Amino acid sequence: MKFSIYRYNPEKDEKPYMQDYDVELQPSDRMLLDAIIRIKETDDSLGLRKSCREGVCGSDGMNINGRNGLACITPIKDLKEPVVLRPLPGLPVIRDLIVDMTQFFKQYNSVKPYLINDTPAPQKERLQSPEDREELNGLYECVLCACCSTSCPSFWWNPDKFVGPAALLQAYRFIADTRDEAISERLDNLEDPYRLFRCHSIMNCVAACPKGLNPTEAIGKIKEQMIKRMV
Amino acid sequence: MALPRQIFDTVIVGGGGSGLRAALQLAEAGHRVAVFSKVFPTRSHTVAAQGGIGASLGNMQEDHWLWHMYDTIKGSDYLGDQDAIEFMCRKAAEVVYELEHFGMPFDRNADGTIYQRPFGGHTQNFGERAVHRACAAADRTGHAMLHTLYQRNIRARSQFFVEWMALDLIRDYEGAVVGIVALEMETGQVVVFQAKSVILATGGAGRIYHSSTNAFINTGDGLGMAARAGIPLEDMEFWQFHPTGVAGAGVLITEGVRGEGGILINSNGERFMERYAPTMKDLASRDVVSRAIDQEIKEGRGVGPEKDHVLLKLDHLGSETINKRLPGIREIALKFANVDPSREPIPVVPTCHYQMGGIPTNYYGQVVAPRGSNHSEVVPGLYAIGECACVSVHGANRLGTNSLLDLLVFGKSAGDHIVEWLKTNPQHRDLPADCEDLPLSRLARLDSATSGESVSEVGRDMRRTVQHYAGVFRTGTLLREGVAKIREVAERVGRVAIQDKSQVFNTARIEALELENLIIVAEATLTSAEARTESRGAQSREDFKERDDKNWLKHSLWYLEGGRMDYKPVNLDPLTVESFEPKVRVY
Repeated sequence: MKFSIYRYNPEKDEKPYMQDYDVELQPSDRMLLDAIIRIKETDDSLGLRKSCREGVCGSDGMNINGRNGLACITPIKDLKEPVVLRPLPGLPVIRDLIVDMTQFFKQYNSVKPYLINDTPAPQKERLQSPEDREELNGLYECVLCACCSTSCPSFWWNPDKFVGPAALLQAYRFIADTRDEAISERLDNLEDPYRLFRCHSIMNCVAACPKGLNPTEAIGKIKEQMIKRMV
Repeated sequence: MALPRQIFDTVIVGGGGSGLRAALQLAEAGHRVAVFSKVFPTRSHTVAAQGGIGASLGNMQEDHWLWHMYDTIKGSDYLGDQDAIEFMCRKAAEVVYELEHFGMPFDRNADGTIYQRPFGGHTQNFGERAVHRACAAADRTGHAMLHTLYQRNIRARSQFFVEWMALDLIRDYEGAVVGIVALEMETGQVVVFQAKSVILATGGAGRIYHSSTNAFINTGDGLGMAARAGIPLEDMEFWQFHPTGVAGAGVLITEGVRGEGGILINSNGERFMERYAPTMKDLASRDVVSRAIDQEIKEGRGVGPEKDHVLLKLDHLGSETINKRLPGIREIALKFANVDPSREPIPVVPTCHYQMGGIPTNYYGQVVAPRGSNHSEVVPGLYAIGECACVSVHGANRLGTNSLLDLLVFGKSAGDHIVEWLKTNPQHRDLPADCEDLPLSRLARLDSATSGESVSEVGRDMRRTVQHYAGVFRTGTLLREGVAKIREVAERVGRVAIQDKSQVFNTARIEALELENLIIVAEATLTSAEARTESRGAQSREDFKERDDKNWLKHSLWYLEGGRMDYKPVNLDPLTVESFEPKVRVY
């Protein structure tokens, strides 16, 4: 199978280049990550992140034939050759397919992604109805792979000012949680020409999400909440 | 060469469930704590846990911590230490409620309480019938828990060293642990971290097996560090084979599927677990179910062209239950087995999943090792928690849901113990002059080796050797051969060469360092398994089919130096209740 892979090692390369590989796959190789591991067996200098190999840890986000996705849950049989692999767009490249995610996680931290509830906790669990719990479905499953934020032009242009779809999804995860007491503080934190409102609903994030989540919808719901509290 | 130095109160190696839980306890008490992780913390392998956290909340049926304690001891095939098991089961409700208060998105019952599902080996009234004890967030409990703990650590402002690999422990001349040496992956920089206490929370080493549910990062780094520092590894012959890994792919299918009503069937369409475990059936403990599946396959009732797996049937649960309670499983089945479980069964096979053994500790998380006549003397300054530790609460076989519980209970308890310990030990001990030598010599060898076998080649042989010689069923002949073979592989590990000599994010070098840790675990596994001439829990010897309490009701201790074995007694004395005497184990 033929591959064309983005290579860059700042220690020895003046600029990035694309390297071609032709690798023989085994019948047990089903996912793109299996194929990349075959390549790495012959060229150990190829840099990528990987861990769970089942789509739950979010390590191996990359740009695959022009689309962001997780290599470990991208079936080989669906890929057109040569398979072109590049690092996630818009973030600084550390080496090969490994990007610097500092800015991405800075935005994640900026939405205070933790439950805020200063009422003394009961002896047992805080109660929540199954219906209220259901509001968190489609939000808490995010694996922080950054496929969505790095497919978003608004995030490319303003990664320091626009929170980006992944972190906004998490912002809404806590706004939607009936146990959280900081909704108005959370909305204040996003009320700014850039932080939330740079989302123009082009839905690249939805197309990119390997977990089938919908950040655009969550962003829409945050906007609704803002309008609701204005009137 | 003098490496740069940094100083912390406590250094935690590993950012998974137990490391994060311990970090929280220390950071919230105001201590300077540094968490080292090879991956961004939410990528730790806790994320892959699916089914639930065991705690006798009794939200859906009557339940009691004493029943949980009994089930855990029976599940351990009586090799678990009963003081530690009582400690864990009594603390379970408290740590689960805390996790809920931290924001964990548990599923809910109509009355708003946490939803609980049945799980293998968990029963009401000392084995009478299955009980709803596994506190669940759909089939993504580990993911929800890991993210919740990381989020809480953001709030507590814990300090993280992300994408750093710990190389070795630093012990002073009196044997106290006084820090670690670690490598920053992005720059290749090596730094000495001095600390008053060090917690190892590096998870399991399931990657010693060819067929494993474990992530690539599960390479036993903490076990390697401990073994190189002269600390023994306990009960390393006991590896859990999860009954339901996706055939061919190895990806985990939670026992929660059977908890929700899924059943295992053979090529005749027979629900064969009824024959092996008349009461608990498909919810017998994992060692029992895995052996039953292997037995069915051995007797020709396997499924598929090679007759090498069985089927997990859940279509009768209906798509509503599957979508609500098992959405992740549906996703995995579609992606990795090409089946829609609401219509067809999933092909499954026992797959290496969990390491019951590890670094010996007490229930405060303190590492203990024999010294003179004391078989459990504390190693000052060193703690181990989570899968890398052997408390031992899992003994010879872990019950499902007790691993996430273990992370919470012992993460918290180690954190608490260190907070107290720091009060009377406010000073850092001096670093020994030679503290950089071992890790730097390991790196220097990899830098200078220009020719040799590749890490992937030797790694593959290690995984195949362990898989072949230390599988579900074992024999003396096979194990003796396995010990010899794995020693040959170990020799080769010492001579591997990497092509990539770069300092910047050199993943080839990381994989070579990981292999040095894996091979230690592999040797410990085969040597301990060969020495134990009985069948107990996950160790099933065809030449010694019975459990032998007279000679083997004891923990194995393996030392790296000379591959030497030692033993220590099982603690059969609980903290406050009567001891559970070993009995014949029937489900």
